[in-house]
Parts: sequence; structure tokens; C-alpha cells
Amino acid sequence: MVAIADSVPKPASRFRFIFDRRGVLGSFMVAPAILYVLLLVGVPFLMAVYYSVSAYTIYDPSWSFVGLSNFQDILDDPSFRQTLYNTFIFTFGSQILGLILGKFGALLLLRPFPGRKLVRALIILPWVVPVALATVAWQWMFDSLYSVINWTMIALGFITRDEAPNWLGTPELAMLSVIVVNAWRFFPFAIVIFLAGITAIPQDILDAATVDGAGFWRRNYQIILPMILPIMAVGLIFGIVFTFTDLSIVFLMTQGGPIGATSVLGFAGFQTGIVSGDVAHGAAISVFMLPVLLIVVVAMLRFIRRREI
Amino acid sequence: MSAVLARDIVKKFGEVPAVNGISLTVPDGEFMVLLGPSGCGKTTFLRIICGLEKQTSGDLLIGGDIVNDIPPRARGVAMMFQSYGLYPHFTVRNNIAFPLRTQRVPRDEIEKKVQWASQLLGIDHLLDRRPRQLSGGERQRVALARALVREPTALLLDEPLSNLDAKLRTSARQEIRNFQQRVGLTTIYVTHDQVEAMGMGDRIAVIDHGQIRQVGTPIEIYNDPADLFVATFVGSPPMNIVTHNGGGYLGFRPENFLPKDMMNGDGFTEFSFRVDRSEYLGSERIVYGVMDGFESKQPITAKLPPAHVAEESIRPGEWHPFGVKNSALREFDKDGKRANRH
Repeated sequence: MVAIADSVPKPASRFRFIFDRRGVLGSFMVAPAILYVLLLVGVPFLMAVYYSVSAYTIYDPSWSFVGLSNFQDILDDPSFRQTLYNTFIFTFGSQILGLILGKFGALLLLRPFPGRKLVRALIILPWVVPVALATVAWQWMFDSLYSVINWTMIALGFITRDEAPNWLGTPELAMLSVIVVNAWRFFPFAIVIFLAGITAIPQDILDAATVDGAGFWRRNYQIILPMILPIMAVGLIFGIVFTFTDLSIVFLMTQGGPIGATSVLGFAGFQTGIVSGDVAHGAAISVFMLPVLLIVVVAMLRFIRRREI
Repeated sequence: MSAVLARDIVKKFGEVPAVNGISLTVPDGEFMVLLGPSGCGKTTFLRIICGLEKQTSGDLLIGGDIVNDIPPRARGVAMMFQSYGLYPHFTVRNNIAFPLRTQRVPRDEIEKKVQWASQLLGIDHLLDRRPRQLSGGERQRVALARALVREPTALLLDEPLSNLDAKLRTSARQEIRNFQQRVGLTTIYVTHDQVEAMGMGDRIAVIDHGQIRQVGTPIEIYNDPADLFVATFVGSPPMNIVTHNGGGYLGFRPENFLPKDMMNGDGFTEFSFRVDRSEYLGSERIVYGVMDGFESKQPITAKLPPAHVAEESIRPGEWHPFGVKNSALREFDKDGKRANRH
């Protein structure tokens, strides 16, 4: 044996290979995310819980524990119950509409046609346009005087000038309007989810179904849909959580009106807690979302786990 | 069960012809193997038969009826895919029942047929499992049961054994063949594996570049190849091909190329053969080398029975007198077509 080089004993540093240890490196990498969640989600949440059991208002910023009486107060308030009901209608209405649009959009975008790439890029626009801009545009489309929707319907002879609906001035139509706008914002996301799910299905399975005698509908509802259900459910959880807690569209378009017909939990919490300064009741309204969302999310996650294939 | 007849089928993807004028008759109950290298158009042809692709031109007849414009579900053919295409969210029972459901077969009838098909293939104890809980061989049987359950007019198999390991493949080959004979089902089987083709087919259609090179029984394909492609594609090691008579080719199988002292009678042609390398494979010895006075792109191979070939008799680097029986010589013209067919 010939010695290639004398081995020089290096001074061993305890920290020289510190990042080779999975535990250390892992913790280091995950720390920013955990800090982010703790500081920007955890702390505000605990503060909301803290305020919701106090009598804190901006006029009387003293802390006194009042137990659950804030929750009692808001539950006794018919306008809160209306708001809760609205939130469910708003959330599930826009999710269902968004999913239907997403499914059809995905089916259309699966087939090759000239300009498909451009359309795929453009379809994402509703999702990336700032919500304030988009909502202002929609506000004009639903305007009582200048509504382009009404103008079109009149021009096509479906309705007369007198019958033109006042989209944002009638309770049911106002709710429909905010649902449509929210579904419009959500559907590109739904398309992406559907496309990801459908393209992940092996072609052999679809071919087998075709040869086994399944037509378009059966293939869609007995093969494709059950197979993409788990990924769809994940998308739906996102959609539900974000819509349930959202206030931007309602705030920008209707301010919860007319007469509270489109008020949702996020908006009501903001109005009561920030605008009116009744922080305690505002916090109670916001915290009220928690159990509802928790039940929905747990139920869906259990469903996904059961369906996993 | 019906005969399948293809008349001058052409399929182009853009300008490229994948299938370039295939005419083929598969009589009722025959086991036909489509054999060819990958990308030769055999799978495309199969997909045209079941209706997943539509031919650019040509006619397809199943049971005597032209089915060009009939959708897959109405053709009554069953297909088994390379990766089986089992529905992962269904149990085995529902997988097998699916083709019956689409035909709106009554519920108790479905149950009966599922029992029949699953017992036939020995998977009746797996009916409540899902595909991911099955082994490769079990999945293959489920796919076969699903294909059979509605008693198809013809069964199409697209490389069904390629996902199985070598041992399982041999037994699955037997199983599919036995089963097909028992049911008497018209079967078209696509493979690139010549062992499968030779071992299973009543007849073999050798396909290359979207065209049929030869149709025949395994014996015909092996002994009387129609051209150089068939001669070199079938057989392992392939037929030796040497240039001959200025432009033509001469071919002979390695097992027919033997030391001169093994030849008896005088109906043989003698060649001088220099052995370069030799492989001992247990049941046989394969030697590689060159032949004096003949050119070949590949090394010339000879397959020798081990009893004869003691190691010392055929020494590498030396010239030996070898011979081929005249009846085993095959001549091809300069375009590669058979010249001396009898």
C-alpha cells in the first residue's frame, strides 16, 4: 500500500455537519411557515377568541370577562340569523355554480382546438384580476340604470324597459348577483382542479369504459367523476373555506344590502367589530364561523380518506 | 362469436400512415396473433377493430356486417388492455359487471354472469376486493373476466402479458389459450413477443410499418418466411442472411447450420465457417462466426445440440467445414422477397 496523502487530523467542529442532520435541517426549513401561521393566523385567532368573551369596545377598551353572553346576544339578533343563512346560501350557491362551470370548462378545454393554449391562459383571468377591479366592472353590469345585461335583454326583445330587473336592489336578485360574481371568480380554479384530475386518469381506463359500452354520460358520471372525487373535494374545501370567510365581493358590491339580504358573516363581523367599534360582538360573529367550518372540513376530509383509491 | 374481416384499412395521423392498407380475415373462433415490432401499427389496427379509432379508409366487417360507422359500444367486441384498464373505484364484482350494466342487463342476470365468469377464471373469492388489492396475475384475470362476461363477438387483447413477470407469463399464456379454445372465441392478440406469437396463435400476421408482411400458421411463418423482415424478426437467434448471387440473399436457420460430419446423404451445401465466439446455454450451444466467401451484416450463428458439440471439437479461431441441407436453404431476391417458394 502506498499512502496517497497523509491524513491531517482536522479540528472537529461540533457544528460543521449540523445541516446534514435531517432533524435540524428540516426544522430550519419549516420554521418560516410555522412562524407565519403562528404569528399571522394563530395570534389573531386567539385575540378574536379573547375579545369574543369580553365587553371590549373601542369606546370602552377595558377588558371584562362576560362569558358567552356576546354569543347569546348575536344569536338573539334576527339580522345575525339572516346573515348566517345568507352565508350558507352564498357559499354553497357559488360553489355549486362554480363547480358546474368548472366541469364544463374542463371538458371543453380537454379537446384540442386551435387557440386552446391561449384560451387556457385567458380563462384564468377572473381568478387573477384584483377582486376590487372585477367587482366594479360587475357592479356596472348590474347597475339599475346602465346594466348591460338589461340592455341586451331589452335589445333582444325578452323584456321591456319597465320590466328590467333591479339586480342589486331586490333581495333575491342581489343574492343571485353576488353568487354569480363569486362563482365567476371561483370557476377558473375549479377548471384547473378538474383538468388536473381528468388528465391524471389513465387513457386505458377511459378506453376500457368506451369498449365496455359506456357512452359519454356514463363515462363521465360512473368513471371520471368518482375517480376525481378526492381531488375535487380538496378543491371544494378550499372554495368553501375561502367563500365562507370572504367579505370582499359583498363589501364592494352591495354593502350587505338591500336591507341585509346579502350580508355574510365576514362582512357582518367587519361592520360590527371595526366600523361600529363593537369589537366584542364583532369577534363573536367571526369566531362563530369556526365550528361551522370545522364540521364541514372534518366531514369532507373523512369522506376523502374513505374514497381514496 | 363472429368472423372479423378487414379490407384495405388505412389510418393516417396527419400525413403519417400508422396502418397502411391492412387486409385480414379472421375466421370465427380463430386465435389470430398480430406480431410486429413496437410502432408498427398493430395496436392502432386493434383500436380500429374495436372502434376506439376510426380508419381513414377501408372497410371493417364483424360477423358479416360493415361496422365502419358503428360506435364501440354497439360492436359487441371486448378488449383487454396492456395495463388492464380496471376501474380502481369499483370492486372486482362491479368491474366485471360494468359491461353488463351498460347493456341494461337485469340485476339477477348480472349476478349470475359475474359468478360464471369469475368461477371460470378462478377469481370468485376476490369479488369484493378492489383492483389495487390484487396481484398482477389476479388483475389480468379480472380484466379477462370483464372482457368475457358479456359474451363478445370477438376478443381483442393488446399485449396482455407484458405486465407480468416471466414465470407468470408462461402460465398465463397457457391459460388464455386453453380458455379461448374452450369458449371458441374469435380472438385477436397483439404482441411484439415472438415466443407468445408462435406458442399461442392458430395463425400469425407479421406486421411492419403498417403493412402485413405475411399471414400464416406458426410453422409457415417460421419455415417459409415471405421476406427478409419476417425471416429475421421471427426466430431466436434469427435466420442467418448472407448476400448471394450478386444482389440476392440466402437464408438459413441457425439450427440447420451444422458441422459437416452431422450431415448425412448428399443433399446439402457445404460452407467454411470460422467460429469467433461460443455461448453455452445448457440445452444447446450457440456459436458466432463468419463464413468464407459470403458477406453478412450480422455474425453468422449456429445452434448446436450439446451432445455433439464437445468443447474441443469446435474451437474458436479455426475454420470448420459446416453444411446446410438444401431443403433448409431459403433464397430471397434483391428486394428481400422469397425467390424459391414451393
